Amino acid sequence: MKFITANFDQYDGKDIQAYIGLDGFSGLKKAIEMGPLATIEEVKESGLQGRGGAEYPTGRKIEQARIEKAERKFVICNADEGEPGTFKDRELIKKDIYQLIEGMIIVAYCANANEGVIYCREEYDWMHEHICTSILKCKEMGYLGDNILDTGFSFEISLFSGAGSYVCGEGFAMCESMEGKSGRPRSKPPYVKQEGYLNYPTLVINVETLSAITAIMKFGTSNFTDLGTPDCPGTKVISISGKVNKPGVYEVPFGKTLEEIIALAEGVKGDKRIGFVQIGGASGGILPESALKTQFTYRELKSKQVSVGSGAIVVADEDDNILDYLENVGQFFIHESCGKCVPCREGNRQLEILLGKFKHKTATIDDVKMYKDILDMMSEASLCGSGRTEPVPFKTAFTYFEDAFALGGSHEIL
Amino acid sequence: MKYCNVTIDGVKINVPDDMMILDAAKQAGIIVPTLCHLKGISATGACRVCIVETGGGKVQTACSFPVAEGMMVKTNTPKIREMRKTILEMIIANHNAECTTCVRSQSCELQSLAMIYGIEDSHFKKKFNQEPVDMSSATIVRDQSKCILCGRCVSVCNGVQNIGALGFIGRSIDMHVGLAYEHQLSESTCINCGQCIVNCPVGALKERDYLSEVQLALDDPTFTVVVQTAPAVRAALGEVFGLPMGTPVTGKMVASLKRLGFDYVFDTDFAADVCIMEEGTELLNRIRAGAHLPMITSCSPGWVKYAETFYPELLPHMSSCKSPQNMMGALLKSHFAEIKGIDPAKMIVVSVMPCTAKKFEVERQELEVDGIRDVDFSITTRELGRLIKKAGIDFKYLNDEKFDDFYGDSTGAAVIFGATGGVMEAALRTVADIINGNDLKEIEYTVVRGIQGVKEAKVQVTPDFTAKIAVAHGGKNMHFVMDKLAKGELSDYHFIELMACPGGCVNGGGQPIVDAKAKMHIDLRVERAKALYHEDSNILHYRKSHHNPSVMKLYETYLDAPNSHKAHHLLHTSYQRRD
Amino acid sequence: MVETRVIDGILGAYQNDAVNLLQILLKVQSVEPKNYVSEEVAMYVANHLDIPISRVYEVVTYFAALSHKPQGKHVIQICNTTVCQLNGFNEVLKWFKDALKINPGETTADGLFSMKLTPCIGACDISPAIKIGTNVYGNLTKEKVEEILSELRGAIS
Repeated sequence: MKFITANFDQYDGKDIQAYIGLDGFSGLKKAIEMGPLATIEEVKESGLQGRGGAEYPTGRKIEQARIEKAERKFVICNADEGEPGTFKDRELIKKDIYQLIEGMIIVAYCANANEGVIYCREEYDWMHEHICTSILKCKEMGYLGDNILDTGFSFEISLFSGAGSYVCGEGFAMCESMEGKSGRPRSKPPYVKQEGYLNYPTLVINVETLSAITAIMKFGTSNFTDLGTPDCPGTKVISISGKVNKPGVYEVPFGKTLEEIIALAEGVKGDKRIGFVQIGGASGGILPESALKTQFTYRELKSKQVSVGSGAIVVADEDDNILDYLENVGQFFIHESCGKCVPCREGNRQLEILLGKFKHKTATIDDVKMYKDILDMMSEASLCGSGRTEPVPFKTAFTYFEDAFALGGSHEIL
Repeated sequence: MKYCNVTIDGVKINVPDDMMILDAAKQAGIIVPTLCHLKGISATGACRVCIVETGGGKVQTACSFPVAEGMMVKTNTPKIREMRKTILEMIIANHNAECTTCVRSQSCELQSLAMIYGIEDSHFKKKFNQEPVDMSSATIVRDQSKCILCGRCVSVCNGVQNIGALGFIGRSIDMHVGLAYEHQLSESTCINCGQCIVNCPVGALKERDYLSEVQLALDDPTFTVVVQTAPAVRAALGEVFGLPMGTPVTGKMVASLKRLGFDYVFDTDFAADVCIMEEGTELLNRIRAGAHLPMITSCSPGWVKYAETFYPELLPHMSSCKSPQNMMGALLKSHFAEIKGIDPAKMIVVSVMPCTAKKFEVERQELEVDGIRDVDFSITTRELGRLIKKAGIDFKYLNDEKFDDFYGDSTGAAVIFGATGGVMEAALRTVADIINGNDLKEIEYTVVRGIQGVKEAKVQVTPDFTAKIAVAHGGKNMHFVMDKLAKGELSDYHFIELMACPGGCVNGGGQPIVDAKAKMHIDLRVERAKALYHEDSNILHYRKSHHNPSVMKLYETYLDAPNSHKAHHLLHTSYQRRD
Repeated sequence: MVETRVIDGILGAYQNDAVNLLQILLKVQSVEPKNYVSEEVAMYVANHLDIPISRVYEVVTYFAALSHKPQGKHVIQICNTTVCQLNGFNEVLKWFKDALKINPGETTADGLFSMKLTPCIGACDISPAIKIGTNVYGNLTKEKVEEILSELRGAIS
């Protein structure tokens, strides 16, 4: 199934003429023809939601950005793909960057923003030149710069390199880092869309979302909504990795079961059974094999306390230990927490200690209460979205793998 | 401004729609706990202690979330109580809670919240910063094991004081507050103002304590121990003993110092009057010569180090006058010692200051006179409070006593040195009289009073001479003025008063701790200054420095005249680049 | 310290504007032979951007890609996050430790290699993976690790 990834391997990802030959920039032309308001309606109609993990309706997001009145307005492409197990944005940039740039131009045109930034993670520094060259080519062809396609609309894009901070995928942390400060989120309100980068209205949109906008405009909304399920239309670009035979990026329509999706990666290595899967990144939920019949839609996953997130699926086999895995997730958060707010900074520090106790079977009933208290407190009282979702893997693991959380000294199971 | 209707814990109120829940709750009679919040300075939402429910079970921080029409806020639900407790327990697990030996016990905001929330022990594993205490500075001691990372010191050092010595370092569990490249405080641009101390909710920052040295001197009969007290101390010392803010306690302070065994108790105000004579004369000379104008005051040692560090090329603008503290010390060890027949080497001069930077100032070698230090130990208002308590003196019930009469007279001009604009006003009172050659009746220059950050004025001194003056307090405002000066925009100004602490010495880094909650509804810069202006207008007989009979006598019998050779030898100094 | 005119060039390219501090520091570090932002350089940058050095240090210590300590010519970043953990991170780490005789966070005596653990580098499809400079290496085996190291060593001599 190819919609967003339709151009993958159809051209080398670099040649702008080849992209144009594949009907490139027809989405932009259509948007210009329809005008900003109708285009926004089109995006709303498509049911597209933020594909970075926040799941915010994209059409509404652009509409809100359009309303903001300011001297400067920014569209930032969030290419800070930092969720472990996620590499779909990497492929979207590598194999079809013009589709991404086209999406940025469409969004900027609709939101009436004149400045764009591709915030690309430092770990993808090997692609930075590719991004800059592609931007230049678009400019040479008149898709960027002044008076784009005779619309009177002007838009420029520059590249900003992250510097190794997961939290900078969060809107405000991203803005802070772009302003030459450490990447710590600010309190809301005001929101990024009102006072973001340099305190100007800022629209932060994920790579896949932008790419999808181009594809929707190009192929038509109905072709997008025909895919997926009625309440969860379209496709999702998924990164599958872990103990599978063919890890990689796969585009799937919503509504497939997890099992079907994982089958695309040709099963588990060494003919083992699946032990557990983590969906949506480091802060995604963990599900047991028994839950793999679940449909991959926002609603169905939510019913299992899981969310689509970045669309990562990490597969572990039957020999992998859930507590080892959680410990590793915890270490990731300890490495990446910005440190500003108490719930995330201290919560992760204490969770690591508690996980150690579960692992060594020395946990007490008090420890279990603390484990739950910390997770509840983190998910409600953390400053930013990152802190608020970090508890998900720990909570879902506790729900689905209660045996692993046995108390010490006895075989009592909670 | 738009107003909106909000219900907080069932109490309906009507408040401006840009008001934070925290302030709205206050109006509804509800105190929401806070730790990282500092009114007007820091609302980062970092500690999360002030969480409340805002309808639909949504949790927000009251300090940073504004009210909205129809909002239903709940501050005291089981969920909120439980989460606040977990948060506090986690903070305590990351805090070296050695309360019994902590100087901030009973003025610690964390300790007080722990008591309110009934936290007897943190269930969480204790893990706190193990870095050794930074004792490198003569003024400020930093103990990271107690730091709760609220960021108040960082906000103050950067946002208010514009120094940027302190900053956050690292991230996550490695995050800490410190100096660039992990240097010690003494190696940094820190100006010793101590604003970090008075804004720290816990005991992570405190003054370098010299009480044992002072006690040793007091206990040694071979020393004559002389104490002097700065004007702002009397405006705040009462707070240590539970008296309302702004209660002047001059008489009780003198009485307690005498009971503590100081051989002589003098008022730094006397030296402040001398300072006005010296500085006023210097200013007149500069105006006549048209050189190095505007002249800038040099009483605030925080400001002096600021100038040396950030504006070394503008040092010629500084008055060469020592601060009143050091003028007093220099006079005690020369004039006073000579007349009383005391060997200066056997005299210990202690100063009680509202200031931490004074501890640094007393150690400056360039202030020494013939190798003798002007002041031996400088202690803060807080340290004096502890010394009095330790001696078992029941401060509140003391009868007023008077300063020793050798330098017994002081004026209203001197006492207002403790508030921003005070030095300027005192100088104007004297300079205007001298220029006009008579005793002017209009002496209250209210234009330089008050807590506005930068005060600029034109003062008509004579029909043909109008003085252009500026007064600024706090690092950020000093920076504003100095930047203008550096750009040449103030070349037609005559005199500038700069004080490192916001509000001047009344809000000095050595003053009693006032917690962030209290600071939400009182401005201590205003309240404490009231005590000083009250003394000036209602209590003191003389209100101009050149009317101080003891000062006049000093010049007649010892110094000859302001800016004389002898005065220069004892009372003036020079500065060094520190950039 | 790298020549000041090189730093001046970088500062100039970013309009001497403190807003661009992060990009400036990434560039400055990349021209430093020892791959770090020294105190001297930080002070130079701070003075030219008119910001306190504490802010430079805050940024340098906040971001994982910046270092305040000297590093080797080649910084070997070994991914230790979930997918690589499942796919043999522990072995990869051991291979490098054995080959270089250093632990994560350390630099070889000849100053050629530093080793550090890094969170996900977005190469989970070729896990276990590492990154050295701008090169990503995946599907690592013991032989491949030895090959990579000898290639990097060879490139020097």
